[in-house]
Amino acid sequence: MPITYTSGEQVEVYRFSIPVTIGVPLLALFLQAFIPLRFPRFAVYVDLPLLVTIFFAISRRSPIAGLFTGAVIGLAQDMLGHNPIGIYGIAKTVVGYGASSLGVKLDVENAGARLLVTLAFYLLHSAVYFTIARGLVNMTQQWSWGHGILAALVNGVLGVFLYFLLDRFKQRT
Amino acid sequence: MESVLGRYRNLIILAGVLFLQVIGLAVQVKRIGNEEKDTRLIRIWAVGAVAPFERAVVWVQNSASGVWHNYFYLRGVRAENRQLKEQIEQMRLEQVRLTEDAAQARRLQNLLAFKEQFVSKTVAAQVIGSGGSDLSRIIYIDKGEQDGLKRDMAVITADGVVGKVLQVFKTPSVSQVLLISDQSSGVGAILEKSRLQGVLRGTANGEVVLERVMSDEQVQTGETVLTSGGDQIFPKGLPVGTVTKVGTGKDLFLSIKIKPAANLSKLEEVLVLVEKQERQAVAEDKGTRVRAADILAQRLPSVPDKPVVDPNAKPANGQEAAGSATNAKPGTKPPASGVSPGTKAATSPTRPPGATASGSVPVTSAKPKMTTTAASAPAVKTDGAADPEASITEQKPPVAPAAEPNSQPPADDNSPH
Repeated sequence: MPITYTSGEQVEVYRFSIPVTIGVPLLALFLQAFIPLRFPRFAVYVDLPLLVTIFFAISRRSPIAGLFTGAVIGLAQDMLGHNPIGIYGIAKTVVGYGASSLGVKLDVENAGARLLVTLAFYLLHSAVYFTIARGLVNMTQQWSWGHGILAALVNGVLGVFLYFLLDRFKQRT
Repeated sequence: MESVLGRYRNLIILAGVLFLQVIGLAVQVKRIGNEEKDTRLIRIWAVGAVAPFERAVVWVQNSASGVWHNYFYLRGVRAENRQLKEQIEQMRLEQVRLTEDAAQARRLQNLLAFKEQFVSKTVAAQVIGSGGSDLSRIIYIDKGEQDGLKRDMAVITADGVVGKVLQVFKTPSVSQVLLISDQSSGVGAILEKSRLQGVLRGTANGEVVLERVMSDEQVQTGETVLTSGGDQIFPKGLPVGTVTKVGTGKDLFLSIKIKPAANLSKLEEVLVLVEKQERQAVAEDKGTRVRAADILAQRLPSVPDKPVVDPNAKPANGQEAAGSATNAKPGTKPPASGVSPGTKAATSPTRPPGATASGSVPVTSAKPKMTTTAASAPAVKTDGAADPEASITEQKPPVAPAAEPNSQPPADDNSPH
């Protein structure tokens, strides 16, 4: 099992420079809006802002920083679309909080752990989004386990590669 | 107390941030109220918190009043009931008459005040981005307020309807376009053959369906769907898509899946209809109707008008007439003695009496391969002055029967049937 339990003192906490903190989420949002023009299926299966949220939340290992990171990235993603602003914000706030809380307790630095964590948080994100969109905003939504799991796997695999790429920007505290 | 706050600090902050966002959502989200007006969700919640108490008070009040009026105070009810029945009979008769009047009014309205919308001005725009989510099917285009774009303008491509302008920005000059495949969109549509009308909507999984078509109607797959113009956004008659699947839907309506005519997943350039004109529909003028025979006749070579002939002039022999025709320059009007002014070859499309088997009749000139220049079209007849039909052959430069000896005999198939 790749996930290992560690004490809080053993887990390393990272920080990021300001350009990376701002630039990486912005780049993820831009790619999320631009790539579907060439590859329409991209928006159906991939959520780059979510992957970035999970990465920053886990690396910082601070629940408050994680939830604020998720809230800001989610609200920015909401602004791209035409649905009410806040649906992605709430979903990513929950994911940011959850991922950073998990990061405090578990060592999720290896590829297997990252795949599982991303898969789980993608499903959590979809569930929260579905609940808010259907219950609060009254949008017509259909839950599909097949699509959800497939998309979670795609994001998980993509996340593993993306996290290794983003690891280069980590700075030890 | 402080220890509790410190212990659950993270959770409290999480709850606070989520609460703020939920309130923010509630301020934005609008629900359709009883009076068909948009109402903000936060107002609905506020009303929902107070309404049960108000309802309880009113219920007690009505119950007490109902008991009194329904069980104790029934004086004069029988007489009133009889009077109301008579009134209902009269109103039924009136209803029949009004229904007839309404139908007549609709027919007259269609005849007299029917207006059609025509596209008069469009702005071409480049697609520069998307919503980035399959739950928000929108695109961004590089034209905005400065280019004359406004909210609710129709967006199309050469293939068909794309969507409508949802938001327009000034700086930067871009606009947000809601695609017809989004679940919040709606387009008034009509089936081309069956003339059934419905509302085109997107679904959560990105499909496009036609709603509000009754289940007892017959809809064929492959039928074309056009805009009906009823939404006041898209002009009538623009192609929307084709029917791909027909099934039974909810509540007595058919479930009709549509394949959009425009490729919504790969849009690069679109047109925004910035100006529409309303024109009164004009009834077809039957007096100017063109027959098929006339159209065919127009394709056939015409006979130039006869020049004014001087009656005192010395009569010319046939050789001179033919020579003058042979030396005629292309584009000049050759003399046409023997042909009455205004007479056209097309009016006698059948083979003329003087025509030869080699096709030296004007009918053959209708074929494009027979067309040639005047320079390469030598005159073949010399006695054209005596034969009116032959003179036509000589005087029409593009006709060159002699240039193609292997040409087919006169084409009788060109004659109008």
